[in-house]
Amino acid sequence: MTVPFIPIVRTALNALRRDGAALALSFVLPIAFFSIFAVIFGGRKDMTPRVAVIVADEDRSAQSQRLVAGLQAEGSLRVMLRPEAQQGVQQMEYTAATAEAAVKAGTASVALIVPKGFGANPVSFGPPRGDAPEIQMLEDTGDAIAPQVVAGLLQKVGMTAMPDALIQQSAKFMDQFTGGLTPAQHDRLEGNIQLLRGLLAAQGGRGASGGASASGGFGGGILPVKTRAVVGENKRNPMVSFYAAAIGVMFLMFTSSGAAGALLDEAESGTLDRVLSSRITMTTLLAGKLAFNMLLAFCQLVMMFLWAWAVFGVDFFGHIPGFTVMGVCTAFTVSAFGILLASLCKTRAQLESLSTLVILIMSSIGGSMFPRVLMPESMQKAELFTINAWAIDGFTKVFWRDEPVSALWPQVAVLLAAGIVLFCLARWFARRWEF
Amino acid sequence: MPLPVLPLRVEGLVKRFGALTALDGISLEVRAGESLGLLGPNGAGKSTLIRTIVGRVVPDSGSVSIFGDPAGSTEAREALGWVPQELALYPRLSCRENLEAFGRYHGLGGAKLRDAVAWCLNWAALEDRAGDLVKNLSGGMKRRLNMAAGMIHRPRLVLMDEPTVGVDPQSRNRIFEMIAALNGEGISLIYTTHYMEEAERLCERIAIVDHGRFIAQGTADELVQRSFESRSQVETRFAPGAEGVDVWVSGRGGRLTGDTAQFAVNHSLEIAGLLESAAGAGLEVIDVRLQRPNLESVFLQLTGRELRD
Repeated sequence: MTVPFIPIVRTALNALRRDGAALALSFVLPIAFFSIFAVIFGGRKDMTPRVAVIVADEDRSAQSQRLVAGLQAEGSLRVMLRPEAQQGVQQMEYTAATAEAAVKAGTASVALIVPKGFGANPVSFGPPRGDAPEIQMLEDTGDAIAPQVVAGLLQKVGMTAMPDALIQQSAKFMDQFTGGLTPAQHDRLEGNIQLLRGLLAAQGGRGASGGASASGGFGGGILPVKTRAVVGENKRNPMVSFYAAAIGVMFLMFTSSGAAGALLDEAESGTLDRVLSSRITMTTLLAGKLAFNMLLAFCQLVMMFLWAWAVFGVDFFGHIPGFTVMGVCTAFTVSAFGILLASLCKTRAQLESLSTLVILIMSSIGGSMFPRVLMPESMQKAELFTINAWAIDGFTKVFWRDEPVSALWPQVAVLLAAGIVLFCLARWFARRWEF
Repeated sequence: MPLPVLPLRVEGLVKRFGALTALDGISLEVRAGESLGLLGPNGAGKSTLIRTIVGRVVPDSGSVSIFGDPAGSTEAREALGWVPQELALYPRLSCRENLEAFGRYHGLGGAKLRDAVAWCLNWAALEDRAGDLVKNLSGGMKRRLNMAAGMIHRPRLVLMDEPTVGVDPQSRNRIFEMIAALNGEGISLIYTTHYMEEAERLCERIAIVDHGRFIAQGTADELVQRSFESRSQVETRFAPGAEGVDVWVSGRGGRLTGDTAQFAVNHSLEIAGLLESAAGAGLEVIDVRLQRPNLESVFLQLTGRELRD
């Protein structure tokens, strides 16, 4: 007996089999997306991102050096004591000033400044005292995660890397609050502290936990720490300007590829043939499409940031020059990208499938869907090949870090170069429409 | 002695698409003010020839010159108007906006553009629909606008590729009037169609295309005269299922298509002989017609196939 709906299923299957784009959307996109999210949030140990922290040791005492060594031994931290070597020349170690500048520049979201005199009174019980210099934690409030991770690990390292200091400081407090120990008790305590130091030296300065992740909480804190926001301290919402750029760029790409799809409509209707039989050449035509798409994309960005200003308090009007530079460059690149996608496709349906596939993957890798701090380091490198990452970086510099227009040159250079390459490729592929 | 500058001179065009030879050594000349009809069935090579003349197809060999300039050159583009078979218009723009767009693509602006748009709207009888979006026009109006868009820069040689496809009889007559107006202005015209009555009505000279070659050229009368001389055509229809028809038809020098046979006769009196012979062969004739041969007959005579095959 024939099931009546089987012919319908068979027809649909035949149609799907011949529609490569629909097949890709049905099977490739979900798998690609699943893989990206699994890598980011799945917690594969070899791919878990490490929190970058700048450490400036201004004390250079034995205690401060043990603290720094303890931080370096933490597997979840990437401690930076000096900027990366430039042209093979090693840079000077960070100071309080250069560390602060580096956080402002976005090198890391957190910097720890170990002040002079820290080694004399490294541990604090109770409220901060004037004679105990506090470690300064400089943070970029745009990163909601890194400062908390560093704060917790700093206290842990304080306990595990400096147990001798902990006991010594305890003895001081005991002297102060209980009337003091007898000389014999003092001698025995001092002997045990020396023994502990000997053990620590034998372990090579690693913390007692050996850098293994600790269990248990860190409570109020043993090390005196003063936190100061150096980026975004006056901003209302750290993530709003990020997402205005991130989501904006993603939708810009969708809009641009859709607008570039007019080329395919015109090719199908014969209008393209008629246009090319006039004085208009293919290069002129594509340049015209690029200019229109740029204008459209720029207007879209303006609308996005005006909305962010009106509703979420993003300081749009205070950043007009930077916005204009980044807006024009981003609009140029995404427009060229859209035209390239259109020139690669034969039909509007193909373009829609391909653009959905490429744009969603590029956006997830490039930071349009979640901040890059959540991504594994390897993926953070991969995002350098996406338009989203460079555009978001540029807008973040403008709206979050308040950097001048001159600081945008790397993003501007990359976006413009990418746009030119994409447009040249589009022109090359568009040869098929010429004759 | 230098050749005279003609609106169109095509020499030895060859174009192959893989194994298919679309143009097989076509040569052609169009004189000033002349209208040439390209007649042939679908797939004969008419559109490829037109697209090669426009410069949208690069031939494998041969040459095309338009008023002495090579196809695709700026001068040739300006001298040439092309009405493609497809409705090559912007559906979301109005009639006026479409004409303005194509005018600007040809370098028109200001008063020249305004005048050209006004002329086109008048020529296509679309003045009262100038502001309407193309997607809201009737099929016939779209066809007329499609033609007007090809005339916006006032070319001296116009190529029309089956402009009446899918058009109702009333709109077709309006299109014929538009073409007659062009002829009146001395514009040279190439008109492709597979409707022989259109070619006969609109074109002074007709070239029949088949398998990428011209198989005959001349006026309609010349073509008929060449194929049939002074003979007429007798069309005889047999009762369905009659046996031995094909043998009898070929024996009498006729041509059988389905259950209908065509014979060329010098005089109408020969019909009686045909009917008598059919009856003698035991064939039942249910209809007989005597007619003057037309271009369709010529095509059938030359190729053995119907024009609309």
